[in-house]
Amino acid sequence: MKAIGIILAAGNSKRMRELTAKRCTAAMPMCGTYRAVDFVLTNMAYSHIQSVAVLTQYNSRSLSEHLNSSRWWDFGRKQGGLYVYHPTITPDNSSWYRGTLDSMCQNIRFLKESHEPYVIIASGDGVYRLDYNKVLDYHIEKRADITIVTADMRPWEDSTRFGQVRTDGDGRVTEFEEKPMQEESKDVNTGVYVIRRRLLIEILETCMEEDRYDLVRDVIIRYRRVKRIYAYHMDGYWSSISSAESYYKTNLDFLNKDVRDTFFTEDETVLTKANDFPPAKYNPGSSVKHALVASGTIINGTVENSVIFKKSYIGNGAVIKNSVILNDVYIGDNARVENCIVESHNTLYADSVYVGDPNDVRIVVENNARYF
Amino acid sequence: MQKKKEMIAMLLAGGQGSRLGVLTAKMAKPAVSFGGKYRIIDFPLSNCINSGVDTVGVLTQYEPLRLNSHIGIGVPWDLDRNYGGVTVLSPYERSENSDWYTGTANAVYQNISYIETYNPDYVLILGGDHIYKMDYELMLNYHKAKKADITMAAMPVPIEEASRFGVLVTDPETGRITEFEEKPEHPKSNLASMGIYIFNWPVLKEALITNKDVPGLDFGKHVIPYCHGKGNPVFCYEYNSYWKDVGTLQSYWEANMELIDLVPVFNLYEEYWKIYTNNDLTAPQFFDDNAVVERCIISEKASIYGTVKNSVIGPNVTIGPGAEVYDSILMGNVKIGENAKVYKAIIAEDSVVGAGAVLGYGEYRESTYNPKVYCSDLVTVGECSVIPPGVTIGKNTAIYGITEAEDYPNGGLESGNAVIKAGETL
Repeated sequence: MKAIGIILAAGNSKRMRELTAKRCTAAMPMCGTYRAVDFVLTNMAYSHIQSVAVLTQYNSRSLSEHLNSSRWWDFGRKQGGLYVYHPTITPDNSSWYRGTLDSMCQNIRFLKESHEPYVIIASGDGVYRLDYNKVLDYHIEKRADITIVTADMRPWEDSTRFGQVRTDGDGRVTEFEEKPMQEESKDVNTGVYVIRRRLLIEILETCMEEDRYDLVRDVIIRYRRVKRIYAYHMDGYWSSISSAESYYKTNLDFLNKDVRDTFFTEDETVLTKANDFPPAKYNPGSSVKHALVASGTIINGTVENSVIFKKSYIGNGAVIKNSVILNDVYIGDNARVENCIVESHNTLYADSVYVGDPNDVRIVVENNARYF
Repeated sequence: MQKKKEMIAMLLAGGQGSRLGVLTAKMAKPAVSFGGKYRIIDFPLSNCINSGVDTVGVLTQYEPLRLNSHIGIGVPWDLDRNYGGVTVLSPYERSENSDWYTGTANAVYQNISYIETYNPDYVLILGGDHIYKMDYELMLNYHKAKKADITMAAMPVPIEEASRFGVLVTDPETGRITEFEEKPEHPKSNLASMGIYIFNWPVLKEALITNKDVPGLDFGKHVIPYCHGKGNPVFCYEYNSYWKDVGTLQSYWEANMELIDLVPVFNLYEEYWKIYTNNDLTAPQFFDDNAVVERCIISEKASIYGTVKNSVIGPNVTIGPGAEVYDSILMGNVKIGENAKVYKAIIAEDSVVGAGAVLGYGEYRESTYNPKVYCSDLVTVGECSVIPPGVTIGKNTAIYGITEAEDYPNGGLESGNAVIKAGETL
């Protein structure tokens, strides 16, 4: 591969509500066994990118722990590797990352000391399967300066929290509106960019002098007329989990076979840190329909249209519907949970009832003691 | 100056385990799947790392491919070490007297130079074919406290079964072994040797070299009696927890089925003594709208469209719509076609059961194929086998290879029979 990777995972989104109180979006547990960042790391690994930097800042402990070894994504090499860069104080700088662009400016040495000609920049909260080589080929074919990957949102989704792109017939970006007041189209910026490394270094150095900190506002929008910025449209499943609602729906999307087949084929899977949980256990009285269940879980009750993450326990007579139960949740006997996201390590007592609105998912965060 | 390891383990994984029939046709017994996502060798390997033994030589001989690819460089067990770690030791050619491993102790004898690399004080000898959790460090502490030359782990078994094992007669005060009988007709004690030994390395080395010309040099038959006869202090370390031999199809099936009990005797869900395995599948398991599941354990990436009860399901298994699986063990990647019925079967990796096929039909009948191996009402299907759609398979049967409708006269296989189509195919 002719590119290095940069994963932007430093920011927080208020739309995640309580979910990012103890971790950043990129570290959100996903689909039973993963964390969000696994999807982009898997794309990078399967695209044969050998050197990847993850830029983190907000609530980064979970993410750092998850990335404590690079071997699970096959980045454990003498050449290249996986680097996690937190903000750091240097003689020249005592600021936090002041934006996506600033996070790259502060790690410009990573770019300068690499020798690959291109950089793939990707956000840490996208759920999609993409061979970045295809984008790179397109980028080279169009002789673009920057290529933005776009994708269609589903009809029910609100696209105004993303950047919207208008292109000419060739695919060159003519207009770019970030988070517009009114929805223009469903084709939005996925936060994946391809750029020549030297050009990125040049832009970063200019922006550092001008105190510009935001990649979209200060580069994509500002440079759209002077640089050849192209849009590459990605087909297939794409979702950004950067709101609680989207997080919930993205997890339930994996109940859909087409979505699972996008990520899990006979040859490919989603790469993640190994866990050593035993097989999931279904005891007498259990009933599980239209559900995803991860390892280490013990189920005694009823589960429907839900995703149960690893090492959870569902008690006798408990009923879980349309919910996302994160890892290590204990749900007591006869409890009822509907339309909820239950935060990890929670304990829900026997006979308790948690019911959310189908259109406004309820996030359950309990600090109940677990007496065993 | 050489670096040093206090104790290293030698794990004997070279045996076929012929009583597992078609399950071990192409793999050594320690490589056979167990409990859904595990393989039998995961248990001693996990015990090693959990006990702080980080240097393990795995002695392989019979069909080592699966075992080699499973162990790899030892990542799942944290046995990938800069110094030590896991090493697979196969028989090799030497300038003279090259030979296969002719016995358990002979295998260790042939690898004396491997052991010497680590300059150990103690060598732990393990078998690769039992299901148990054991802290070898406690056993080593006992060995040191007793100032033993050899410590043998043993557990009490019903006296009527003791004649299947090596039996230890001990001095009840000290635990020192006074008598050792290999598979005695009239056992004098119910303490059965578990095939787990700690040797002081100089004692073992001397015994191996002195007895190197004994044909089929074996720990139980030769080395232990030799050392005991010479007067070396041999002690018995009594173990009183779960330890399961899975040497026969029936005991293999039972041990798997114990895992689905409400509170299993052998608990895999404990935090402090985890069992590790090499599993690159990570995806969650999926249940369709019409799935029915009860009293099962199910592994990663399985897809359940039909009914599954009282069963142990491996990774990436698909149970098709309308299919029913009862009292069975399905290993990794098995596909059960639509409306197929599977009753009390063991189906090994990568096998396919055609739509509408019925396995485990009718009454038990004695095996006409190999009554020593096939003597229960199980249907046993070897790895990578194919069972065509619509056939009816009786009880106590064995199937191995890619079978077609022509292989089943009258569309079925009577109880007690077998279809074996092994060999290379183009």
